[in-house]
Amino acid sequence: MRNVILFIRRYFNFVFFLILQVIALMMLFRYNKYHEAAFMGVAMEITGSFDARYNTIENFLRLKKTNEQLAAENERLKNRLRQDFAAPDSSKQVVLDSIRIDSLQQYRKYLYLSAKVIGNSTSSQTNFITIHRGSRQGVQRDMAVLSSTGVVGTVVTVSNNMASVMSILHRQSRISASLFRTGETGTIEWDGKDPQFITLKNIPKSVQVKKGDTVITSKYSDKFPPGQFIGFVEEVANDPSSNFYSLKLRTATNFFNVQYVNVVANLQKDEQESLEKATQQKQ
Amino acid sequence: MSSLVKNIIRFFLFILVQVFVLDKIPPLHRLITPYLYFIFILWLPFNMPRLSLTLVGFLYGLTLDYFLYTPGLHAAACTLVAYARPFIINILIARESTEFNYIEPSITAMGFTPYAVYILILTFLHNSYIVFLEWLRFPNFWYFLGKVLATTGVSFLLAMITEMLFYRKQRFRTNTA
Repeated sequence: MRNVILFIRRYFNFVFFLILQVIALMMLFRYNKYHEAAFMGVAMEITGSFDARYNTIENFLRLKKTNEQLAAENERLKNRLRQDFAAPDSSKQVVLDSIRIDSLQQYRKYLYLSAKVIGNSTSSQTNFITIHRGSRQGVQRDMAVLSSTGVVGTVVTVSNNMASVMSILHRQSRISASLFRTGETGTIEWDGKDPQFITLKNIPKSVQVKKGDTVITSKYSDKFPPGQFIGFVEEVANDPSSNFYSLKLRTATNFFNVQYVNVVANLQKDEQESLEKATQQKQ
Repeated sequence: MSSLVKNIIRFFLFILVQVFVLDKIPPLHRLITPYLYFIFILWLPFNMPRLSLTLVGFLYGLTLDYFLYTPGLHAAACTLVAYARPFIINILIARESTEFNYIEPSITAMGFTPYAVYILILTFLHNSYIVFLEWLRFPNFWYFLGKVLATTGVSFLLAMITEMLFYRKQRFRTNTA
């Protein structure tokens, strides 16, 4: 026993070094698994305030581009208005309430919450975006995040006033997607190399895919509202060893200058989850 | 200005430069993220005890980690650099007395070549450890090798340029003072 103590005293520096290494590595590998780490919520409030200050400058420099994006989004939404469509046969009139609003709001499935981006990274293999809206403003874990042009990612950590979003430019991000034209469903991944391109996998080779095809969020996702743009096919890689395509997509969102995002809450998610769980337990 | 105040200012300055300047640069050739922040550890005083040196390295890396959302990654690398630093200095400086003539490692204190070697070894150590931890999670050997070499080269250049641009005036310490 005395020898052990002597040994530790003699090599105390080395032992101390090892302890710190183990702490650091534990934090690193635990974070990858559960996307949360010691004091991350508290630290995010502090680092986030620095980010917010930096962002006020960056935001100003990109105002013009943000404005153009908003104008384009407005144009797209206005073109969907019912009054823009007229049937040539005027003797028939179709009347349809497009939005059912009642006092209980029981038909609403998706709720959009706007948020400002205050931190953004595209340079590592595990990219996160920080938004200035947190649990006090209604953001929860696993909510979907969309920009004005397309999908951004999912919320992974929430503090009181800020939230950290795992963008689709993260090696562990997986999103269910489908081809707009034919409807086949696959998975979106990122290979960690170029932040402009992502990969769509598991599309069977029986489908005719062309360059420029649109890829949207699928109807089976429990987070993302269906029909949101993810990307556009840039290259169809033909891998003879597989029955599935591996499609290279250009992202719909420009991750280099994303300024404002919408956090989307699926209000019927709990019901769907509990139903699916109950079904699994019966078997 | 006392050494403590100077180092506290450097601590925050290097973190802010790394987070808001160097990390905002899109990766050069998709590989290289320039690292400069760890030069703070290399500039700590010679006579700092080993134990506190390792601890400061850990806390410094952790601070950066919280800014970049990678808890543990830079902390692990900084701890390694801080722990290895005294060994490298002992090898590189042949000295007769037990006292150092200058407070911090610099070109004037060590001479150009030993200082360059000192920076190069620790830069290599830091970058290979960081890329190695990344590699453990996403294995790809050639990517690993290329990234280590390229990142080390760029970081080494940056560190030497910083050293030459921001000349640190240092007093020669004598026994009488």
